[in-house]
Amino acid sequence: MTIWFRVVAMVSAVALWAVPAMAEGKPLQDHTEHWNTLWHHVILDMTAIAVVFAAITIWFLVKYKRTSEDQEGDSPSLSFGASMAWAIIPIFLFLADDFYLAANGWKLWNDQRQVPENAMEVKVTASMWSWEYEYENGKTSEDLVVPVGAPVVVRGSSDDVVHGMSLADFRIKEDIMPGRITYLWFYPKEVGEHVWTCTEYCGLNHSDMYNKVVVKSKADFDSWLGTKG
Amino acid sequence: MKEWIFTTDHKRIGILYLVGSIAAFAVAGIMALLIRVELSSLGPTLVEDASQYNVWLYFHGAAMILAFLIPGLTGFVANYCIPLMIGAHDVAFPRINAFSVWLFWFAIVLALLTFVIPDPPDVLWTGYPPYSVQTDGNTAFYVFTVHLLGFSSILGAVNFLCTVIYMRAPGMGWNQLNVFVWTTLGAFVIQLVMIPVLASAVTLLLFDKYLGTTFFNPENGGDVLLYQNLFWFYSHPAVYVILLPAVGIILEVLATFARNPVFNYKVTVYGGIWGTVLLGSDVWAHHLYTSGMVDWLRIGMMVTTLLISLPVGLLTISLVGTLYKGSISFKTPMVYATSTLFLILLGGLTGIPLAMTSLTVHLAETYFVMAHFHYIMGITATFAVFAGVYYWFPLMTGKMYNETYSQIGFWLNFIGVNLTFWPLFGIGIDGMPRRYFDYQMYPEFESTQMLSTVGAFIVAAGMAITILTWIHGAILGEKAKPNPWGSKSMEWTHCEYPPGPGNFPTPPEVTAEWSPYNYGKHTAQSL
Repeated sequence: MTIWFRVVAMVSAVALWAVPAMAEGKPLQDHTEHWNTLWHHVILDMTAIAVVFAAITIWFLVKYKRTSEDQEGDSPSLSFGASMAWAIIPIFLFLADDFYLAANGWKLWNDQRQVPENAMEVKVTASMWSWEYEYENGKTSEDLVVPVGAPVVVRGSSDDVVHGMSLADFRIKEDIMPGRITYLWFYPKEVGEHVWTCTEYCGLNHSDMYNKVVVKSKADFDSWLGTKG
Repeated sequence: MKEWIFTTDHKRIGILYLVGSIAAFAVAGIMALLIRVELSSLGPTLVEDASQYNVWLYFHGAAMILAFLIPGLTGFVANYCIPLMIGAHDVAFPRINAFSVWLFWFAIVLALLTFVIPDPPDVLWTGYPPYSVQTDGNTAFYVFTVHLLGFSSILGAVNFLCTVIYMRAPGMGWNQLNVFVWTTLGAFVIQLVMIPVLASAVTLLLFDKYLGTTFFNPENGGDVLLYQNLFWFYSHPAVYVILLPAVGIILEVLATFARNPVFNYKVTVYGGIWGTVLLGSDVWAHHLYTSGMVDWLRIGMMVTTLLISLPVGLLTISLVGTLYKGSISFKTPMVYATSTLFLILLGGLTGIPLAMTSLTVHLAETYFVMAHFHYIMGITATFAVFAGVYYWFPLMTGKMYNETYSQIGFWLNFIGVNLTFWPLFGIGIDGMPRRYFDYQMYPEFESTQMLSTVGAFIVAAGMAITILTWIHGAILGEKAKPNPWGSKSMEWTHCEYPPGPGNFPTPPEVTAEWSPYNYGKHTAQSL
C-alpha cells in the first residue's frame, strides 16, 4: 500500500512542476480563437473530474446497497498516514490542475487586455438605454461599424449608471460606468454582423439596450466613414 | 398560539424559522415561475414592460438567498439540531434567540410589502449604485430588509458560537462534534465577521439616495466600484454560509443512511470546513472580473478563487468516501442527499471556468453564470434543506411522512431542476445575457427558454407535493418509531420523541469513546 502512495505522490509532484511548464507558448493575436481553445481544454478538464467522481459515487451506491435491516457499515479506520495521504495527494492533484488553469488563464488575459498598437479607436458613450459610438473623424453612429481585418478598441464611459459592453461572438466583455474609462478590444476577421448587448442591469429597458456590430470590407467602411451621419 | 409567540425554546424557534423561510421560499418560487413564463416566448408575454418583471427579479433573488437559504440553514437546522447534538438544554441566550427569529419575521413582512407599496424596489438583490441611487424604486425597503436580517444573523452567530464553545455535554471533546455543528460554526464565524461590511455598504447607499452624500457618485469624488467591493466582500462568503451547513446536513444524512462514520473526519473538519472559511473570504473580486477594476487585481483573485478547489475538493472526497463499504438505504432523506453529490459536481465544476478571469470575460452576466450558481447554491442547498427536513421529521413531529409521495416529489424536483437549468448553460455560452426581460437580439433561443419554463413547472409540482407531505405528515402521519434510521447521533439516542422542554430527561454525559458516528466497530478514536 505504502509504495502506491509514494508512486502517486511522485506523479503529482511531477505534474505540479511540469503542467505549468507545458503551458508556455506563443501568444495569439486573436483572443477570440484563444478563448475557444482554452474553453475546450477546460471543458475536458471538468468532464474528466466529473466522470471520475460520478462513476465512483454510482459504483458505491450500487455496490453497498443495504441487504438486511440490521446490517452496519464496514468502512475501514484510517491510520494517521492514510488520512494524511487522503488529504495531501488530492490537494497536490487539485493544485496541479489549478496552476495549469491559472497559467493558461493568465496568458489569455494578457492577450485580452494588451491592445495591439495598430488598433482603431472608437469612443463609446453609454446612457439609459442606448449606445453612441464616435469615430476619430467626429462621425457618430448608433451601430458599431468596423472594417474587417484590423483590431478595434472601444473605449469610453457611461453618462448615468453602470452598463456592460458585451460582444458575445468575440468572447469579450467589460463594464462601463461614470467616473472611469474602460475598454475592450476585438479582432473582426470576416465581414458580417454581430450583436452588442448591455450586460449590467440598468433598469426598465435593460434588455432593449443592444445594437449591431457591422463588419464591413475596408472600402465599404471607408466610404461609410466619409459620409456625414 | 401564545406559547409559540413568547417561546424561548430553541426547537420551537427553529420551527418558526422553518415556517418563515418556507413561506419566503414559496413566494420567491412563484416569482421564479412568473419570470420563467415571461421568458417562455419572445416579446412581452405576461406583462407589457419590464417594470413589474424587475421587481420579480429583485424579490426572487433577495428572498431566496437572504430569507430562505440563510435562515433555513443557519436559522432552522442550526436552532433545532445544535443544542440536541451537543447535549445542551437550550442555547446560551434563549431570549436573544427569540429576538432573532422575530427580527427575521419582521424582515419577511417588510420584504413582502414590496408587493403593496407604490414604488417597489427594483435594484436586484445586489443593489448596485448608481442605479439603486437614481431609481424611482424604493431602495430603502431593500436596505432595511438587509439590516433586519443582518442583525438577526449576527445575534444568532454570537448565540451559537457561545453555545457550542461553553455548553457541550460533559466529556464531549472538539473531535466528537457532529460535522454539521462544525459547518455551522464556520458559517457563523463568516456571518459575524462579514455581515457588518454588507450592512455598511447598504447604509452608505441609503445615505447617498436620501441624505445627499456622494460615496458612490464620481462627480463628487465617490467611486461606483467601492460598493461592488464592499457588497461582495460579504456576499461571496455568504455563499459558504449557505454551502457549508448544506454540506454538513448532507454528511449527517449520508453517515446515518450508509451507517458509516464521516470519511476522514479530522481532514474534513480542519482542512475542508475551516479551509473553506479561510479561503472563502479572499475571493470576492471574482464577481468583479468584468467590472473595470484594475487588471492585476483580477489576476490575483483568479489564483485565490482557483485555490477554493482544495478545501471544497476535500469536502467532496469526504462526501463520496462516506459511502465506501456502507450499508446504504434509499429513504427520502438519502435520495435527496445522494442527488446533491451529482448536483455539487455540476455546480462546482462549472465554477472552474468562472474562476478564470479570462474565460469569465465572456461568461460573466450570461445564463452560464446563472445556471452555475443555481446548481451549486440554489438547488444543492435547497435539496440539503429538504434532506434535513425529511431526516429530522420524525424527531420534530414524532410522526412519519408518507414515503411514496415524498419520493414522487423528489423525482419531480430532480428532473425538473435539471430540465430547467441544464439547457441554460448552452444558451449562456452562446451569449444569452441574464436579467433580461426580452431577447429580441437572440430569437433562436426561444425554444430553449420554453423548455426551461416547462422544467420550472415540473419543479413547482414537485415542490407542492413535497410541502404537502410535510403538512400531511405533521398532522395525520403515523406515529414514528424511536430512532427510525438507527442513527448514533445524540439528538436521536438521548431524547424523547419529540424532545420536550429542556431536551434531555437526564443531562447527557459522554465517554472518550463516544462519537456521533460510532457505527460498526468505530469509536471516537478511529474517526
